[in-house]
Amino acid sequence: MPILRLENVTKHYDKHTAVDHVSFDIPKGVVFGMLGPNGAGKTSLIRIITSITRADEGKVWMDGEPLNSRHPEQIGYMPEERGLYKKMKVGDHLTYLARLKGLSAADTHKELRYWFERFEIKDWWGKKVDELSKGMQQKVQFIATVLHKPKLLILDEPFSGLDPINTNLIKDEIRELNHRGTSIIFSTHRMEQVEEMCEHIVLINKGKNVLEGKVKDVRQQFKDNLFKIEYTGALPPDLDTVDTASNAFDITSKSGHQLTVKVSEGSDSNEILRHLIRQGVHIQSFNEILPTINEIFIKRVGESN
Amino acid sequence: MNKLWLIIQREYLTRVKKKSFILLTLLSPLIFVALFIVPALLAIYTGKEQKFVAVKDDSGVFALPKDTSGRVVFDVKNESLEALKSSYKQQRYDGVLYIPALAGTGQGMNIQYFSEGQLSLGTKSYIENRVAESIEANNIKTFGYDQERLKSLRPDVQLSQKELAFNETGQLVEMDKKNSAGIATAIGYISGFIIYIVLLIYGTMIMRSVMEEKTTRIVEVIISSVKPFQLMMGKIIGVSAVGLTQMLAWITLTIALMTLAGSFLPMEQVAAAQQGASPFQQAPPEQAYAVAENLALLKSQNWAFILPVFLFYFIGGYFIYSSLFAAVGSAMGDDLGESQPLTFVAMAPIIIAIIVITPVIENPTSSLAVWMSIIPLFSPVIMPARLAFEPPIWQILLSMVILAASAFFFVWLAGRIYRVGILMYGKKGSVKELGKWLFYRD
Repeated sequence: MPILRLENVTKHYDKHTAVDHVSFDIPKGVVFGMLGPNGAGKTSLIRIITSITRADEGKVWMDGEPLNSRHPEQIGYMPEERGLYKKMKVGDHLTYLARLKGLSAADTHKELRYWFERFEIKDWWGKKVDELSKGMQQKVQFIATVLHKPKLLILDEPFSGLDPINTNLIKDEIRELNHRGTSIIFSTHRMEQVEEMCEHIVLINKGKNVLEGKVKDVRQQFKDNLFKIEYTGALPPDLDTVDTASNAFDITSKSGHQLTVKVSEGSDSNEILRHLIRQGVHIQSFNEILPTINEIFIKRVGESN
Repeated sequence: MNKLWLIIQREYLTRVKKKSFILLTLLSPLIFVALFIVPALLAIYTGKEQKFVAVKDDSGVFALPKDTSGRVVFDVKNESLEALKSSYKQQRYDGVLYIPALAGTGQGMNIQYFSEGQLSLGTKSYIENRVAESIEANNIKTFGYDQERLKSLRPDVQLSQKELAFNETGQLVEMDKKNSAGIATAIGYISGFIIYIVLLIYGTMIMRSVMEEKTTRIVEVIISSVKPFQLMMGKIIGVSAVGLTQMLAWITLTIALMTLAGSFLPMEQVAAAQQGASPFQQAPPEQAYAVAENLALLKSQNWAFILPVFLFYFIGGYFIYSSLFAAVGSAMGDDLGESQPLTFVAMAPIIIAIIVITPVIENPTSSLAVWMSIIPLFSPVIMPARLAFEPPIWQILLSMVILAASAFFFVWLAGRIYRVGILMYGKKGSVKELGKWLFYRD
């Protein structure tokens, strides 16, 4: 059973359709990337999932149940634009947010102690939020998001504004939570982070679901059958003629001791390898070039525009 | 419900714990009491400072007042005016008063006072009165009247009002009406203004707090846990508790401080000195009588009725205006000035109410007064202002029912706007836009 299932979810604002019949599943226990250019409808979707707004049409299920009033307590949401009450003390603030998520006073205290120790910030308890630096505030915000042990964590651009050290710290925490079974929706347009963190993705553009699936599968799906060959020694002199004669492969670039070869649809990539080895070329590496998520993103968004 | 309570607690505690709140709550009664006590103290001590005045009386009618404890002690001298002017200081006088020869009955007479300093207003009129009294007494004698008989010619007239009304059986009955117009006016103004000021202060407080939540984006985190309506209500209720706390603290502290001050100071003297501090020191007996009468009237007001009804209007008005301000705050962006027109729309009714309060109090049964005290946006200011004039009970009841219903309506209305407004960025909140938000689906 997926942790979250969206079926034909649609949301209009005025005359503008922010979310247009979007359907996808988020499997339990994965890090799920929600991608899309600015204004694609990601925030609108997140607001529907977090029950901040309701879908005009379509259905949302969480853990097999239609979305209901108990679900917000099982979700932790960190919006892209972070915000805390500036004049409140860190301890009071976190207690307040945890209690609003339905955590008992005793549990709140226990969880807070755990996180304050984990992040080594025990002396922040009595500090006012606006005495903290921006990075420190982000940490507080992160704790606020995960304090009530949500089943589903929604992180909108979680690393924006963080320095590399804190980025790694939060990354590790996300991985750790994921290991312990938390499903995570990770909304971003930083593609290298998607590839690093996510197993599944959905690509939203203009309110529509443009693409979804496992990262591995998606990259396979969009591959151009390109291979990179590194070698030592000389290439066989007849390579160009073979290339033009053969329908099996096509050499797209040659530089130094590197070849990029496009293998035709239905042909075996081993053919070029066999040919080269037979000719006495010493192969050092042979890799398939898969498109990056970034390339796929740009391509698909470009197409759907 | 539990979450609403958490929100109320936070809204309340963060405000009550603020240094500015504590200072304002503690210092205001101190300042208030000081404002009352200090002038009284000043009056006590400066009032005792008598002036000694040498009088050169060419009219020959100036009679020394019997009472030597007055502000000025007069001493009629036989020396020439010039001699007095040059020697008054050696003789330890504060100044020289010159009364010229009397012409006719002394109308428009000009007397002169010579000294280094200046006379206070009170002392100046005291001297004028004493001289005028002497001349008046002399005039009465000259024209051959008997002073006592003359006094008796002026009767003491008192007007008592009877209220006409029909009783249950349709008979015309008359009832005594207390002569309380003055007190009623005072109570009317004070009630109206208190409500006006409190609604504006706490309304803007709520508006700013909503704006802060919106611009810092904390609101998105909060409403992923609770409904926007809960957040808005929690804020409105929490802030109202702050207001009540402050009022209670003010009342208790003021009473305590007054009692404390009273135990250290001779209060009768303070009161007397305050009376005497008026420039017309010798208050005519009628005036003293009026003060006593007013005090009695103040006590005789139907407080058991006025106070609860006042409180009802206070709360009703508070809910209407604080929800309006919450809606306006939710529609604002980071820029306060941008949504000035909206703020004005929320403030306009209450400002209109405070403008018409004067004609209403001057004529509390006019149709303006009746209508304004029934229309819910004005009634929280206008009806309390009319209460001491004892408006017909049906008007009060009608107005209260309408106010209660409208309070619910405005809270609901504001909730509709608020839930959309707080998530709306970069959109200029206009009245038209707000109207659209009302019909947005969740």
